[in-house]
Amino acid sequence: MAEAEESPGDPGTASPRPLMRDLKAVGKKFMHVLYPRKSNTLLRDWDLWGPLILCVTLALMLQRDSADSEKDGGPQFAEVFVIVWFGAVTITLNSKLLGGNISFFQSLCVLGYCILPLTVAMLICRLVLLADPGPVNFMVRLFVVIVMFAWSIVASTAFLADSQPPNRRALAVYPVFLFYFVISWMILTFTPQ
Amino acid sequence: MASADELTFHEFEEATNLLAETPDAATTSRSDQLTPQGHVAVAVGSGGSYGAEDEVEEESDKAALLQEKQQQQQPGFWTFSYYQSFFDVDTSQVLDRIKGSLLPRPGHNFVRHHLRNRPDLYGPFWICATLAFVLAVTGNLTLVLAQRRDPSIHYSPQFHKGISIYCYAWLVPLALWGFLRWRKGVQERMGPYTFLETVCIYGYSLFVFIPMVVLWLIPVPWLQWLFGALALGLSAAGLVFTLWPVVREDTRLVATVLLSVVVLLHALLAMGCKLYFFQSLPPENVAPPPQITSLPSNIALSPTLPQSLAPS
Repeated sequence: MAEAEESPGDPGTASPRPLMRDLKAVGKKFMHVLYPRKSNTLLRDWDLWGPLILCVTLALMLQRDSADSEKDGGPQFAEVFVIVWFGAVTITLNSKLLGGNISFFQSLCVLGYCILPLTVAMLICRLVLLADPGPVNFMVRLFVVIVMFAWSIVASTAFLADSQPPNRRALAVYPVFLFYFVISWMILTFTPQ
Repeated sequence: MASADELTFHEFEEATNLLAETPDAATTSRSDQLTPQGHVAVAVGSGGSYGAEDEVEEESDKAALLQEKQQQQQPGFWTFSYYQSFFDVDTSQVLDRIKGSLLPRPGHNFVRHHLRNRPDLYGPFWICATLAFVLAVTGNLTLVLAQRRDPSIHYSPQFHKGISIYCYAWLVPLALWGFLRWRKGVQERMGPYTFLETVCIYGYSLFVFIPMVVLWLIPVPWLQWLFGALALGLSAAGLVFTLWPVVREDTRLVATVLLSVVVLLHALLAMGCKLYFFQSLPPENVAPPPQITSLPSNIALSPTLPQSLAPS
């Protein structure tokens, strides 16, 4: 992970260039997720900033208002965070135990970045929910979530599937499917109040 | 690794042939706790001297093989490759094991025929995960369907309840394995299954509950009980057929008590799925009281009420 460096001459001032470089790298990876191709950029220069930004955004949008009682409402911020990171770590461990040749952080990076389509779906759903509730509203949200879910799966398997021997590919991809399915379900059943 | 595999299969063919010839024979497994890949020796039963010479020869061969295997692979439990040995399965093997658990047959021992003494942790772990999530999602879905009638109801998928599935699938095999090992001290003939094999048996037997839970979305109560009973029957039958060869050597009383406890716990799990995960709606939120028959919405509403609300 690239870190901001201070030039030795000025104590206390971090030069802005490394930050821009990091942001550009993150943005480039976002593009790679949105248009998945067989490229190694995501794997080679992994970083966890992108997944962190996406996870925080998603958790902020999904959390219930503090005014609601305990029983109702959606998940807490911490629940979403735990599900995403714990899920990603579990899938990575599973992939490595099955004999995949991808490193731990590379796998976390890929899984985290591929949440981007679902975060976009969450944004769209929140916008759609500003309109009147009803069956049309629900169908639109369902359609958007399904499309983005498929996009996430395609993007992540494009990067992860090659790291497994062919007779175990399905075993490694199934947990990814489950992971994004759970996130999609949380997005679909979100109702603000 | 490939040659060890070939050897394992050859042994097993011999074992099944011998078993076919002498149906009273029992298989013992010399698998140790640390070596998940044991091997099978066939001990011909109370027939006495039949095959005694064969037995001696086989045993010395197999002892040499076992030693060789132990020298080859004995990573400590703190190394990553130790745990990797539990995930040494292919897609086709996992699917085969799932099929084996779905269709239990009296003669076919799940551990011998499908696991072939190579238990894996992939199946139990991910089947439990799938079951936990499917339960949370379908339990939530029944509320979603009701929520369309009355938008003031909120709900959240309750994923933390999934921990209870994991507790069942890992603690009960632990108890069972402990009990069987204790009984083994009493009678030395049959080696019980290793802990991993017990976990595998339970893990794969939970698979049939997944389609059952999905089918529970159909809001017809007697159909739900029917599916529950079918799934429970299949699953418990699988468990009983697998545990029977180990347990039948013991006294009748212990055998029947053990098997009934196993079936009872499984039934409690199925009931628990129904009652714990499927939240009941708060009754005051469901709007139209059934006594007002003039409202046409009643007729549309009542078939889709979740079963927890009995229409009065």
